[in-house]
Amino acid sequence: MSNQSTSSTPQAKLNPNGAGAAAVLAAGIGSFLVAVFAILADKAASIKSLMNFYNPTGPLSGVTTCAIVGWLAVWALLHWRWSWRNVEVRRVTAAAFILLFLSLLLTFPPIADLF
Amino acid sequence: MEITVRGLWTMIHGMGFGALYLMACSGALVELYRRYRSPLGSETKEEDERFLRIYLTAMAVLAWLTVLTGAYIIYPWYRAVPPPGTASLAAFPQRLLMSSPSTAAWHSIGMEWKEYVAWLVPISITMAAAVFSQYRRSLRIHPELRAAVLGFVCASLLAAGIAGFFGVMLNKNAPVAGGPTIHIVQGEQK
Repeated sequence: MSNQSTSSTPQAKLNPNGAGAAAVLAAGIGSFLVAVFAILADKAASIKSLMNFYNPTGPLSGVTTCAIVGWLAVWALLHWRWSWRNVEVRRVTAAAFILLFLSLLLTFPPIADLF
Repeated sequence: MEITVRGLWTMIHGMGFGALYLMACSGALVELYRRYRSPLGSETKEEDERFLRIYLTAMAVLAWLTVLTGAYIIYPWYRAVPPPGTASLAAFPQRLLMSSPSTAAWHSIGMEWKEYVAWLVPISITMAAAVFSQYRRSLRIHPELRAAVLGFVCASLLAAGIAGFFGVMLNKNAPVAGGPTIHIVQGEQK
């Protein structure tokens, strides 16, 4: 998923796909982080109490805040690295869709409880 | 006719923001699909691009309002712990659901899925709005990015549908109610 060009049209060179690919992959990673932090908070009592940022909401506040901060940080980093270049966007979107699909599965309690 | 403050917030969260998002989502999917299935040469007007950009941004705002009101206003009322010796659990929806085997899964599966899956919605639609705003008409020359935007909007519809379905069912089985009462209309006694 580096700087390999997928499109050689002059328009694509003028308007590289890197910024879009960064946003797409970051969204996949952000979604996956929601599921990962939720499972961690559910399985480990120490993480559960660490995630209790706002007592009335409980660990949900920390899980979602950490996931959102992680998503925005990854997005900023990828945007900084990719925004002026064309990347192999097919692989990037495939990875993002896999992460999104896993997030939908892993947030489902009967599957999350398998861990 | 009257409503409690908690009931009103639940209505704003579910029917105001959540249901509006679901309706807007189907509109966005149709518009994105219609726009990009037409031949490459066909031009879209600047005002159409602007409209869709504002539409997707408004959807992102709606999605954030839905999850934030859900997590920080309604969820604390839902998960409140009753003081020892409380006879009626009506004001403590989570405990009310968990008190019976016939309703416990609405919490252990329904709420526990809803509270996390709902957050995939603002992440997905914010990405879609950002990519569309950045590329606008030139998204036509990036088919993979177009597919990603469409796919994430579809996923956001699915996640919002799951959250919405469980929200409705939870509220049917154990409504979030209580707090001060707002009188809307004084009815006539018969």
